[in-house]
Amino acid sequence: MDDWTTLGYLAAAVLFILGLKRLSRPRTAVRGNQFGATGMLIAVVVTLADNSILSFEWIVGGLVLGAAVGAVLAVRVQMTGMPELVALFNGFGGGASVLVAAASYVEASDLDTATARLSAAAALASIIGALTFTGSLIAFGKLQESLRWSGFPGMRIVSVTGAAAAVVFGILMVVDASNPLWLWLLVAVGAVLGVLVVSPIGGADMPVVIALLNSLSGMAAVAAGFVLDNSLLIIAGSLVGASGLILTQIMCVAMNRSLPAVMFSPAPSGAGGPSADDVYAGKVRSTSADDVAMLLESAERVAVVPGYGLAVAQAQHAVRDLARRLEERGTEVVFGIHPVAGRMPGHMNVLLAEAEISYEKLIEMDDINPTFEQTDVTIVLGANDVVNPVARTDPSSPIAGMPILDVDKSGVVVVIKRSLSPGFAGIPNPLFAADNSMMLFGDGREAVVNITKALQQI
Amino acid sequence: MDLLVAVTLFVMAVFLGVELITKVPPTLHTPLMSGSNAISGITIVGALVAAGADHRTFTTVLGFAAVTLAMINVVGGFLVTHRMLHMFRPKRRRDSPAGDGRGEVAGES
Repeated sequence: MDDWTTLGYLAAAVLFILGLKRLSRPRTAVRGNQFGATGMLIAVVVTLADNSILSFEWIVGGLVLGAAVGAVLAVRVQMTGMPELVALFNGFGGGASVLVAAASYVEASDLDTATARLSAAAALASIIGALTFTGSLIAFGKLQESLRWSGFPGMRIVSVTGAAAAVVFGILMVVDASNPLWLWLLVAVGAVLGVLVVSPIGGADMPVVIALLNSLSGMAAVAAGFVLDNSLLIIAGSLVGASGLILTQIMCVAMNRSLPAVMFSPAPSGAGGPSADDVYAGKVRSTSADDVAMLLESAERVAVVPGYGLAVAQAQHAVRDLARRLEERGTEVVFGIHPVAGRMPGHMNVLLAEAEISYEKLIEMDDINPTFEQTDVTIVLGANDVVNPVARTDPSSPIAGMPILDVDKSGVVVVIKRSLSPGFAGIPNPLFAADNSMMLFGDGREAVVNITKALQQI
Repeated sequence: MDLLVAVTLFVMAVFLGVELITKVPPTLHTPLMSGSNAISGITIVGALVAAGADHRTFTTVLGFAAVTLAMINVVGGFLVTHRMLHMFRPKRRRDSPAGDGRGEVAGES
């Protein structure tokens, strides 16, 4: 590697850092992303100009093919499909790191130049990258809801055995670099582990998994950087690894669950608590779009609390129309966003931004909670566990201690939902039976459209 | 590069990453994730070296596959992040639903 390449890599690293810094504010974020892309372009160009590249046919083919597929995926995706796409890209990043480490290790093995350091780094890149690749594909399938398989009994024993085997294969890779067989066995074990670890996780735990896979895709790049002795891979990969870890932690705190609990214990079940009949019988009030419109008509402040149901019903544009109508009448409309609402960090914000709702109206949980008492009407749209007051009141509940949006403190709560079915936590929600709440049963988008129509007729 | 230098670089970069990301507001968590994901496509640098090293056909094919996967990650990641961030930009007075004519507002009905 000559000095120009090294300087180019330094420039790329600086651009990545400045880019991430600018991503922290909506005003500068577009520029930040452009900084990142520019850094990547510089990195690719100086690498191609370096004299360690001898033939270009395959490179050009890979670049063109990858760019075309990436561009099509990025342009075609709907905002509701964003979690799937990010999961898929995470997986591709991890997969690329495995292949890079494997190519280097095979070459070093052929030439008998494998050092203990190269082998150990290749082992790490293989296991992390392979796990990220298959884990992300499973996450992708789960998010698309095309995959419902959640494992088999005794899976944990298989996982632990696999992890032990991975350690053995990793050691063998270092001890005996003459045979790449150990590398491929390690990749295979990593791939199986990815499937086994992610399969049992679902629903509301998805944001944690996606953030974690994001972090791992960065760490796989770091390991590949150690294989190639490449400072840029180490720096850029570490930045991503750290970013994913922080998001993982934020998501865990927002659910009051530890990372090991999310990863290794089955989804919480509602067993033992009060049954749905006890909570709901005779106390649930059903309402109509016309009645909700009457309520909204006299409200001064309205809060909307969206959940995953908003994404499923594609209701973001309908909500925007309702909010505009209300604002024209002088009503204040805000949106309360729980950190784990949806299937990935920030999922709700992206959907509402797509519908051109200003991010200034999207209020974080800690900021909106003290204001619910001054809110006349709160509309809960497709959210359940994140507004369940049981989290505050019942220490034996599976969601006890989880920070929630205190919507029950507002004047009237309108819950738009298809049925009284429980959320991911599997427990009934006393909010639905509270004196100040009423249920508007039906499809989220249709319900909101009907409310808007009824409001126009008043 | 000396191993200790590489490890130092790694640890410093992790700390820097933590400092940078802690300040990102929840509103931007999804674009942050897809943007940082695109940066993790930096492994393309290693992929280019593997695909162009001309060692033997097998490693070249591995390198080719790595270039392809990493490039999907890079191009797709930065593009989709751009699309998302574009929606977060503060709206100007002229409220054109079609953005700035790049046809980026998908699903608008």
